[in-house]
Amino acid sequence: MSEQITGAQSLVTSLEAAGVTDIFGIPGGAILPAYDPLMDSTIRHILVRHEQGAGHAAQGYAAATGRVGVCMATSGPGATNLVTPIADAHMDSVPIVAVTGQVGASAIGTDAFQEADIRGITMPITKHNFLVTDPDEIPRRIAEAFHIASTGRPGPVLVDIAKSALQSMTTFAWPPELHLPGYRPVTRPHSKQIREAARLMLESRRPVLYVGGGAVRAAASKELRELAELTGMPVVTTLMARGAFPDSHPQHLGMPGMHGTVAAVAALQKSDLIISLGARFDDRVTGNLDSFAPGAKVIHADIDPAEIGKNRHADVPIVGDVREVLVDLLVALRSDAEQGRTGDYEGWVRFLEGVRDTYPLGYDKPDGSLAPQYVIERLGAIAGPDAIYTSGVGQHQMWAAHYVGYEQPRKWINSGGLGTMGFAVPAAMGAQVGCPGEVVWAIDGDGCFQMTNQELATCAINNIPIKVAVINNESLGMVRQWQTLFYNQRYSNTDLHSKRIPDFVKLADAYGCVGLACDSPDDVDATITKAMEINDVPVVVDFRVHRDAMVWPMVAAGTSNDEIKYARDLAPQFDEDDL
Amino acid sequence: MSIHTLSVLVENQPGVLARIAGLFSRRGFNIESLAVGPTEHTEISRMTIVVNVEDSPLEQVTKQLNKLVEVIKIVELDHEASVHRELVLVKVAATAETRGQILDVVQLFRANVVDVATDAVTIQVIGNAAKIADVLRILEPYGIRELVQSGMVAIGRGSRSISERSLRPVAVPTPPAVG
Repeated sequence: MSEQITGAQSLVTSLEAAGVTDIFGIPGGAILPAYDPLMDSTIRHILVRHEQGAGHAAQGYAAATGRVGVCMATSGPGATNLVTPIADAHMDSVPIVAVTGQVGASAIGTDAFQEADIRGITMPITKHNFLVTDPDEIPRRIAEAFHIASTGRPGPVLVDIAKSALQSMTTFAWPPELHLPGYRPVTRPHSKQIREAARLMLESRRPVLYVGGGAVRAAASKELRELAELTGMPVVTTLMARGAFPDSHPQHLGMPGMHGTVAAVAALQKSDLIISLGARFDDRVTGNLDSFAPGAKVIHADIDPAEIGKNRHADVPIVGDVREVLVDLLVALRSDAEQGRTGDYEGWVRFLEGVRDTYPLGYDKPDGSLAPQYVIERLGAIAGPDAIYTSGVGQHQMWAAHYVGYEQPRKWINSGGLGTMGFAVPAAMGAQVGCPGEVVWAIDGDGCFQMTNQELATCAINNIPIKVAVINNESLGMVRQWQTLFYNQRYSNTDLHSKRIPDFVKLADAYGCVGLACDSPDDVDATITKAMEINDVPVVVDFRVHRDAMVWPMVAAGTSNDEIKYARDLAPQFDEDDL
Repeated sequence: MSIHTLSVLVENQPGVLARIAGLFSRRGFNIESLAVGPTEHTEISRMTIVVNVEDSPLEQVTKQLNKLVEVIKIVELDHEASVHRELVLVKVAATAETRGQILDVVQLFRANVVDVATDAVTIQVIGNAAKIADVLRILEPYGIRELVQSGMVAIGRGSRSISERSLRPVAVPTPPAVG
């Protein structure tokens, strides 16, 4: 007969069996039994300062390493504080497992102290979730959680475990197989669809590879590059896919969408064939859907069949893992090439190169004061393409997406779908724990930074030497930009006064980090270099930037991509005779 | 808009009804009728869901339903190729004069009287939506005092079963290597 252990011991043994090496969390009443055996485990538990930090750290860890991130919290408020990161992970397909304590089984439903129906609350924002009241179920549910989170379209799974189950006696047995009759993700694409896709690719004259976050999750960069170079097709990478294809590659036109480059937006808009690889035709990419890419047929490859045809009709739907789709497309197209069948995209490529050369990314350098874009550009140049960059949400996020320069996947980690302000610092913490040898920069805004900077304490105490660049324009910058453009410059509640309160250098110091400040373009390089030299404690740099800088290009919300503005009131002129 | 009948096989787990109802509500679909019950496999329940939607949003909701881990299979039942039944219990006012006429209606529609009181009878009607509507239309003038109706259940005609597919397990993957 197997050894009798507590449910809590079974949980910790299960997590070890699932390959967990790091957990971010905070103990509390209902989860407390689990924290006792955790003390003797090989698993490193990092005590965060807020459960939201634990959740985003698990996301950063997963996004940087490709492994499942794990966070842990107690019942009630502990669990509800995980709701934002869980929703974020659901939108951006990040594999995380959240383990929460629940009140004892007999107290469930009685409005007990710190009781919240977290399974009910997270039903629409998890890939799957469980409530465990029987201790014998713990190993099986943990095994299922990790399998579901990491396979198919990745996503968050929550396992809510009643305190009584953690305290009861049970035996541990890791399940040799899982019984999930309703869960069978399709990864192998259908050969007929691949042949049809290859045929359309050869026939088209204006194709574009529209690459989304699925290409990063599927580790498909090598195959993507092979396909791009085999065909010569232009490539655009969405906000979630930055780094999936090198920014330095001549076929790369950058990021499409609301704040995309003119060339990337034009490549989709004027295309006759969009080859969508792990992207989902998000509204921030398509703008007004009715006028999006009116002349384009669509090949839509995605591991999630529900994404195909959701927003835009797919002429060739392909359900499968992006990497496997690319492998099969390469075989088909190489065989076509051997028989002399190749596409002719020369005029199209020349047209797009013309657009790119005429409308490059750029920004005004204000006299004397500091341009936020310049700070980020220099940061990317000095920290280089091997560093990991996380960001919050807003102007600094868009500038970080454009100006850092990404050459590899999993180096750019941000909150795309949910748009969670405050993501950068805890995500950087998680990425640094997952990749201890690498340089991790959180590019944050002064608004975002003040939402989650308590995790600097966690970083300082646990030797997690992240670096934070606060792009301080003393406002909720993106909201302010909209007020400038659409609300007659009436700046209602967007002034944060962050150059006055708080003092970010003193705040960093108080948290045991090094605090630096920079407000002149002449000092930017020296300040970044100084921050790069500090590797034993976290560093926070307060870059006090020009507050009126705006993110360009821009397609105003709800309008057509044809209405893209290169700068305020400046619409690009396309010479379509070239097409 | 058109009426569609979905047969959904789900794992018999607590919370699965909330998951499915929540999905319909979040995606903006009204459920016209829903019935849940056991099947020939103890671990599987079957839901019959009737929705009134266009074809393209129906495809999206079916795909979203299919993503639920506890949903094993979804089949849309073609109206012609399947049998649809609902059950109604209706309490109708009955006086000495009207009781005989009401019993005639019961006979005509092959319904049943399941309870009798001095001033009312309770009638059970089983049938498709059209038959039930007809019965109720005819009983209405006598005075319907209370009515309860089940969700629709439906099954395909012929010998094929939608639930006979094997419920095979999947191997537990080994955790990915570090790095």
